[in-house]
Amino acid sequence: MASTIHCDIVSAESELYSGEATMVIVPGEQGDLGVTPKHAPLLTRLRAGEVRIQTADGDEEHFYVSGGLLEIQPNVVTVLSDTGQRAADVDEAAALEAKAAAERALADQTAGMEVAEAQAQLAQAMAQLAALERFRKKMKH
Amino acid sequence: MANSSEIVGQIKSVQNTRKVTRALEMVSASKIRKAQDRMAASRPYARMMRQVISHLSQASLEYEHPFTQVRDDVKRVGYIIVATDRGLCGGLNNNMFRQLLGEFKQWQDQGVEITTVIIGKKAAQFFKRLNVHVSASTQDLGDEPQLDQLIGSIKVVLDDYREQKLDRLFVCYNEFVNTMTQKSRFDQLLPLPAIEEDTSSQTNWDYLYEPSAEALLDDFLTRYIESIVYQATVENVASEHAARMVAMKSASDNANNLIDDLRLMYNKARQAAITQEISEIVGGASAV
Repeated sequence: MASTIHCDIVSAESELYSGEATMVIVPGEQGDLGVTPKHAPLLTRLRAGEVRIQTADGDEEHFYVSGGLLEIQPNVVTVLSDTGQRAADVDEAAALEAKAAAERALADQTAGMEVAEAQAQLAQAMAQLAALERFRKKMKH
Repeated sequence: MANSSEIVGQIKSVQNTRKVTRALEMVSASKIRKAQDRMAASRPYARMMRQVISHLSQASLEYEHPFTQVRDDVKRVGYIIVATDRGLCGGLNNNMFRQLLGEFKQWQDQGVEITTVIIGKKAAQFFKRLNVHVSASTQDLGDEPQLDQLIGSIKVVLDDYREQKLDRLFVCYNEFVNTMTQKSRFDQLLPLPAIEEDTSSQTNWDYLYEPSAEALLDDFLTRYIESIVYQATVENVASEHAARMVAMKSASDNANNLIDDLRLMYNKARQAAITQEISEIVGGASAV
């Protein structure tokens, strides 16, 4: 019986694959890697590409990853896949967009309000609601 | 006494409201399930990340990443605030904001400045009225938040942290305990609390690193924090639906009570009208 290595492919949003494999071929950042059982422990980044898993019964499974991280232990290989394309400039653009969104959201910000003041208003509104609730209950009886 | 046709109108309008609240209740009830599945689906990633990070921090003791360094002097704190996009979910958002304001006040009393990142429209509406610095914002995440939508906002605060513009970072969201209970949570993201060591896997081997342990640790920590925030967002969606379901259920019940009361009033008014008519006829006939 051929020995196998346990392979997990997970992304932040879901678990994509979990099972035994005789060989896993992954697109490492510094070249493709073929991972067989008893591989030396290794950590590396992945680039966008295809992960191929040769399962114990001779089938081959294909998964596309857009990058991520790879962890190898002698009998476990874990692909931590990214959900989208990651690159310094793409991330930077997303960060700028988030900042712009913050400015848009606060664009018509009325005169600044102190935390204490807001808290007082909130407490007042809650008290009013509670009073209304009590009043309603009383009405019923 | 109000005349009967007026009451009929009122009953109709309450019935229409009840239709809406019932529909919202049922929609949310069906969405809770999916949101819970999504919560479960995102857990393995965080778990695996945690394992690797705990091993990494053990293996490379001489290198301390900025994310794990504890700074004693706190001048500025960051809050990532996860709220809902839509309302009609009871006190879910307001309860969290109220507790948050208490925290803010404590920091301000100590002379610490506050920076926030807001996720969700309701948070944006709330913080618009507040004199608090907002450095990034994400809205319209919908029922299926995507990690891609969050990366930008998270990067903004992580960069601030790296540049020492922030000394602490927290994430606030509503934890989904069960359908009836949601709990506001304020979890510290940075500096990263020590990760529980898995004592069963006492290992003396080390990884091979490509390219280097430092660079990889940075990648792992960034993604780990992103996954925590993502999980908070997904959990908040589940909480939102649960809270909305309960709120809409009680609204439907209230509408039912109101309709019962109105119907009683209507019957009384109708009976009064009939009685009056009969007494008028009787009175008329006896006069003739």
